[in-house]
Amino acid sequence: MRSGIVRTFPLFFLVLASNEVSAQSASGGSSSYFIYALIALAIVIFLYIVIQVADNLLAIEARSSNADKRGVNLGLFPGVKDIFAGKAPSYTRDAHVTVLHQGHNILLEGEAAHKLEAATGVTTYAVQPMNFRGILPIPKVVVEPGQEVKAGDELFHDKTKPEIKFVSPVSGEVVAINRGEKRAIAEVVILADKTISYRSLNAPDLQSCTRETLVNFLMESGAWPMLRQRPFDVLAEPGVVPRDIFISTFDTAPLAPDLNFVVEGKGALFQKGLDALAKLTSGAVHLGLDARSAKAPSAVFTEAAGVQKHWFSGKHPAGNVGVQIHHINPINANEKVWTLNVQDVISIGALFVEGHYNAARVVALTGAELQAPKYVQTYAGANMGELVAGNVKDGNIRLVSGDVLSGSKKSPQEFLNFSDDQVTAIGEGDYFEMFGWLLPLSLRPSVSKTFPNFLFPSYKFHADTNTHGEKRAFVVTGQYEEVLPMDIYPQHLFKAILVNDIERMEGLGIFEVIEEDVALCEFVCTSKQPLQEILRDGLDTMREEA
Amino acid sequence: MKKELLQFLKRIEPDKKKSPFLHTLYDGFFTFAFTPDHVTKGGVHIRDGMDLKRLMVHVVLAMQLCYIFGMYNIGHQHFNAIGEHTSLFSGFHLKLFYGLIQILPIVIVTHVVGLGIEFYYAMRKGHGIEEGFLVTGALIPLIMPPDIPLWILAMSVAFAVIIGKEAFGGTGMNILNIALLSRVFVFFAYPTTISGDYVWVSGLSDFKAGSPVDYGWWHTSFSNTIFEWFGWTTFDVKSAVVDGFTGATPLTLGYNGGWQGITNVYEPSQLFWGLIPGSVGETCKPAIIAGALFLIFTGVASWRIMVSMVLGAAVMGMIFNAWDATAFMDVPWHQHFMIGSFLFAMAFMATDPVTASSTNRGKWIYGFLIGAIGLIIRVMNPAYPEGWMLAILFMNVFAPTIDHFVVEGNIARRLKRAKKATA
Repeated sequence: MRSGIVRTFPLFFLVLASNEVSAQSASGGSSSYFIYALIALAIVIFLYIVIQVADNLLAIEARSSNADKRGVNLGLFPGVKDIFAGKAPSYTRDAHVTVLHQGHNILLEGEAAHKLEAATGVTTYAVQPMNFRGILPIPKVVVEPGQEVKAGDELFHDKTKPEIKFVSPVSGEVVAINRGEKRAIAEVVILADKTISYRSLNAPDLQSCTRETLVNFLMESGAWPMLRQRPFDVLAEPGVVPRDIFISTFDTAPLAPDLNFVVEGKGALFQKGLDALAKLTSGAVHLGLDARSAKAPSAVFTEAAGVQKHWFSGKHPAGNVGVQIHHINPINANEKVWTLNVQDVISIGALFVEGHYNAARVVALTGAELQAPKYVQTYAGANMGELVAGNVKDGNIRLVSGDVLSGSKKSPQEFLNFSDDQVTAIGEGDYFEMFGWLLPLSLRPSVSKTFPNFLFPSYKFHADTNTHGEKRAFVVTGQYEEVLPMDIYPQHLFKAILVNDIERMEGLGIFEVIEEDVALCEFVCTSKQPLQEILRDGLDTMREEA
Repeated sequence: MKKELLQFLKRIEPDKKKSPFLHTLYDGFFTFAFTPDHVTKGGVHIRDGMDLKRLMVHVVLAMQLCYIFGMYNIGHQHFNAIGEHTSLFSGFHLKLFYGLIQILPIVIVTHVVGLGIEFYYAMRKGHGIEEGFLVTGALIPLIMPPDIPLWILAMSVAFAVIIGKEAFGGTGMNILNIALLSRVFVFFAYPTTISGDYVWVSGLSDFKAGSPVDYGWWHTSFSNTIFEWFGWTTFDVKSAVVDGFTGATPLTLGYNGGWQGITNVYEPSQLFWGLIPGSVGETCKPAIIAGALFLIFTGVASWRIMVSMVLGAAVMGMIFNAWDATAFMDVPWHQHFMIGSFLFAMAFMATDPVTASSTNRGKWIYGFLIGAIGLIIRVMNPAYPEGWMLAILFMNVFAPTIDHFVVEGNIARRLKRAKKATA
């Protein structure tokens, strides 16, 4: 009973402390003091046993009478965490809040202003086969350059799974099919019409249709690629019935979009999407809700029906769906769960409400190198350069699709990744810094207390891509655990991956994490190790084994 | 200015193929002066400002008070032995200069030998110079006796760096603490040179009353000339060891006479402030405690190891107090922190992240066992006056085993959970 130990700890400590005080006042011989100490210890142990037994009996009673909810303290004494934890905000209505203590919020300049504009300058959109892990690198492209398509028309499919269609987010002309390394298809580019026309779909009735009908409809409509499957973060397999489906309704990554703002006025679509998802799983649809701020999250999330809600509070990565899964119901070997982004759920809902494939996306344009960080209304796979055209400051700028921790670097000619809803522009850090390791001239984000950062907890940093040091062997220990709120030993996991020890990788929980979960570990790493790359190698190895 | 310096350094960069050693050397010093212009590729796009150089230099910074006081104490003990300037602040310049003259060669030899080997291996392996020796090189002078013959020092550093580190693959790969390995080499390879009482007080050829002092030209000619200009007191070549001086360390006194034996010679406040013979950096407790608090506050060293090591030693000390079989066992448990090098070992040796346990739970066990075993060696083994060196090296070897069980616990938990889910 580990929780029992935690609960009785304050009492234990009190008795110990009183023992210390009386020991100091006793000026007698040291051996007589030792006897006193032994007696005190015996009393402590006796009390401890009594409390433990009583506490366990209480817990057993609670469980048999079904009063036990997971994580609720039914013990006699408050735990350490209960004493020091702040009160949960009132909007959680006394539901259990999982408070995550490990993590770190990286505050950066360039947060998007709560102002939504149409992305008028964006003319080209692309679907990138490489965004979908688990399909062959050269899919069968069914369109040709010059061909007109409607939004929702098929562009390509995987040769091994032809039933999953990858469709166009907009209507217009296919202008290019670009190939990357080894002739893999990098992107299918569409020049969008001024007004989008849609391929209309006959959505099945959610009340009466079977799961199979629904699955076929999702694959036919083009919404299937929005479903991602864990472990490994791959495209959901049609033959799999997932144990559960998880959706995180808040993003804690640096400069991440405020999803409460994104879903404004889309409550009906979101609810419809959840209804559809509920049919796909044998378990439940789980929503991870944000209990960090004093203000309640959007009613779209808190009032959602037919789902299980879980409140989370803590620093990044508390908003990562992987972290939430770990605390709701972790993924075991041979289990499969699906995850989606909030905007994907809205798109799935739109299939049933609007009767067509709607890949509309609210994208946050963020970063210190943008003149006016803001939200824009566009479609999945918008062109990066066109999204930020006229909005970028001068200098050597890096455009990132996604956030600065787990996003991918893109040139202005490339396109937003399929599941990203954020563009970050940061400065390249290709400069030499004199004694930068010893006496840095500028403030930089860091978790280390060797920097004065802890004095300015709300300071927003102007970060760049400099590595601030060279790659080294693993030296520091315990650093990753401080920013990963999971029961996992990250450093041992990475070492198991590096030596390719499959059994150990599985035992240490590789199925429970993907790159974005360890991104913060990579950020804080003193030895500048490429942890996300190492993890992906491990995941690929495990996937081949499976 | 900065730009010009950068341009100059870029111009003199040696060719990597033609002269690999020079290039490695150049690279080491260049990255010291300038953080390189590397940018992130794949993975995260921004990186924490912390790197290994910064980490290591903070450990070195934490030791600086120990260096200053250690230097002064070398001089103080020397003048104590010859009965001159026996009060703390009299002959301040003489004591400081004497200590400086004593410690500078030790620091220089340590770094020339250690860094030389490090540079050579970096060149052979074709990677950059890693910062491991920054801390090792700062630690070694602090744990040596002030009169250590320089050739023995050179041998021990070479042994520690080659066998202890490079043979295992360099910085971050070693199993044993490098600095302690060099100390243990001196201890076991040259026992006659480094045992007994007289090694802890510098500049004396013998301890018998009336034995002359060893002054070199840098004392008598160089510094005396300068001090005469200012009209200060000078080194006196006619000085001799005074009657009744023993030079015994508290540990030896304690082994023979218990707490009474120690307090007969040294005041408790003397033990605390470090005005006692011993290795260079280990004597001054306030300096070490300040360094330890700095390391804990900056998060550079693990507080878990430090706290659990104190707990381990305290518990073992209480057990000995209760056992009460020898005079040394009777030394009050809390006084054990004041004699010998417990605090120094705790702050700077046990907390080396590479050789310590890597899991948080493991760190508690690791520190506790060092504290307990170290005190057992100190109190019960007549052959070794101090136990922390051996206890830490012993636990270094066991740290992977501790981690193994902690990590296996995590694995077992996960497998159990999976079994429960399928059942």
